[in-house]
Amino acid sequence: MLSKKQAQVFFLGGTAVTFLIFIMLTIYSLGEAQDQSNAEALTASAVRGKEIWEKNNCMGCHTLFGEGGYYAPELTKVVERKGEAIIKAILMSPVAWNPTGQRQMVAYEMTEAEAQDVVEFFKWCGNVDLNGFDNLVSPLAKKDQ
Amino acid sequence: MKYKSQKVAYWFFALSMLLLVLQITYGFIMGFARMGMDGLHEWIPFNTARSTHINLLVVWLLSGFMGAAYYIIPEESETELWSTKWAYVQLISLALVGVITIIGFHYNFWAVFGWEAIEGRKFLEIPRQLDWLVAGNVILFLVILLMTMIKGKKTTTTSLVLFGGLVAAALLYLPGMITFDSQVYDSFFRWWVVHLWVEGVWELIMGGMLAFLLIKLTGVDREVIEKWLYVVVGLTFLSGILGTGHHYYYIGVNNIWLIVGGIFSALEPLAFLAMALWAVNMYRKGEKKHPNKTAILWTLGSAIVSFLGAGVLGLAHTLPQTNLYTHGTLVTAMHGHLAFWGAYAMIVMAMIMYVLPNLTGRKLYDTGRSRAAFWLANLGMFSMTTAFGVAGVAQVYMERIMKVDFGQVQNQLQVHFLVLIIGATIFTIGITLYIIDFLKYGLPNDEALES
Ligand code: HEM
Ligand code: HEM
Ligand SMILES: [Fe+2]
Repeated sequence: MLSKKQAQVFFLGGTAVTFLIFIMLTIYSLGEAQDQSNAEALTASAVRGKEIWEKNNCMGCHTLFGEGGYYAPELTKVVERKGEAIIKAILMSPVAWNPTGQRQMVAYEMTEAEAQDVVEFFKWCGNVDLNGFDNLVSPLAKKDQ
Repeated sequence: MKYKSQKVAYWFFALSMLLLVLQITYGFIMGFARMGMDGLHEWIPFNTARSTHINLLVVWLLSGFMGAAYYIIPEESETELWSTKWAYVQLISLALVGVITIIGFHYNFWAVFGWEAIEGRKFLEIPRQLDWLVAGNVILFLVILLMTMIKGKKTTTTSLVLFGGLVAAALLYLPGMITFDSQVYDSFFRWWVVHLWVEGVWELIMGGMLAFLLIKLTGVDREVIEKWLYVVVGLTFLSGILGTGHHYYYIGVNNIWLIVGGIFSALEPLAFLAMALWAVNMYRKGEKKHPNKTAILWTLGSAIVSFLGAGVLGLAHTLPQTNLYTHGTLVTAMHGHLAFWGAYAMIVMAMIMYVLPNLTGRKLYDTGRSRAAFWLANLGMFSMTTAFGVAGVAQVYMERIMKVDFGQVQNQLQVHFLVLIIGATIFTIGITLYIIDFLKYGLPNDEALES
């Protein structure tokens, strides 16, 4: 039968080995050669947009890359689906956006410049290669297929 | 109890219960909003309710872990806590973080200091300034434990695993504090906290608590129980570390993670299966003489429900082929609820039911009310899980396969949230009975000291 000592070695050994592999895979997949995100295309405006996205906790309702709340639509590739003008109008409007007559979005009343930053952020995100998820999320797949 | 200073644990548990009640309140707000009743939108929009709901969850669980540690470590080390005064300071600062966070999420009063109200990354929403407060708080907590262990007569495997889990959990908070310009990196390292917590180091904390409870409640030899503890946490890390890859499938990193994450995360349920088998077998082997049947019920319940919620329901969407369709849908919410409930909420509640009679000297266990609390809370949570699950599968089918518009699908799903609210009501009745039990025990007192 397994002894306590052996069980301890199993724990420490297994942890050390998998942790090492994990770190190596992390370094490998974040390396420049493996970039799927167009990192060099990230503009100052898009970075500001990301800050606005975080400060307003947009992720509390929406998903992006499939992460966030499940209350409001996925926003990966939203610019391709809705167009810049509509998105900016929603973000700048003093009236809560309410397309289905049920759920409302917070009326953020952003300035034109802020709304533009958010759009730039979405555009950058829309160009990230998500290993197939980008082509699946509804309803843009209507266009792609 | 054996040591006076173990009484500190009581106040951490009391804080836990208070925050749990608040967490449930925000759950109801979201449940109603999802049924189309979003009357509070002006004051508590969904995103605020959501962040409050999940942050309260994390804080009440942490408070429960801390209470458990303050009870377990003195008993295992056979000595009083190094300092009860500092432990109370730590308690108050933890409560303060909780209060400031909740108020701040609702009213952006930090704006006057130029701080941000929220960081807006799921589970890691609290602003940077509060992160530092949390860090200070946790360091103090760990120092108190460490000093206690150093001055104690014994260092057991159970206390080492528990302490190791707590230290690792603190360290893993740090990657979540790095800021990146790229959303891809941001997401990548968010999982170092969220995933490596719940599917890694928190399982050590759970394992330590479970081992302690099994030793006390079953009477099986410590050496046997602790041997299996190593096996369980060994399986956890063996699968869970590389299993992080199941969150890297579709966030914009190399598709090598589809293979690595798929294989290793599919092995993760083994750790939870081992946990359930371990608990049940130790109980069977034991003498079944311990009178605190309520604590036994919650202990075995936790081991079994965590296998269902984390193991089975986790496996259901962890393969890349499935996750492509379920990623970021209500299927995730289904799994998140039962997994958190079974693994972490129930183990804290088991600990409380074991500890309260010892701290207060009152033996109120194994009553009709305490059994009803257990069964109603679980029945309610299973109903909620089913409601989320049915809604989730319907969502995946309509939205991602039939390509129906998001909003239209959500309107179709409202009826499932009626079921959710009914389940949540049953759940809340169970929790209410549990809290009545908690209150009936009264305050801890020195007369309960065992000689
Ligand atoms: C009265 C009881 C509860 C209700 C009505 C409720 C309802 C909800 C709702 C509606 C959401 C948001 C889903 C979305 O984004 O659309 C949510 C999120 C969440 N809740 Fe609850 N909840 C309750 C209790 C609990 C309890 C007891 C736990 C833990 C043990 C819990 C853990 C969570 C977690 C982890 C999330 C985030 C899930 C994710 O991001 O995938 N909830 N809850
Ligand atoms: C006690 C342990 C566990 C807890 C508390 C837990 C909780 C959660 C939560 C809250 C989420 C949503 C996180 C977010 O979006 O930020 C999640 C996601 C996920 N969990 Fe777990 N989990 C546990 C164990 C497991 C296990 C063992 C597996 C696999 C076998 C698993 C598979 C998954 C997968 C695949 C996702 C991603 C869902 C998506 O793509 O939207 N989980 N889990
Ligand atoms: Fe995970």
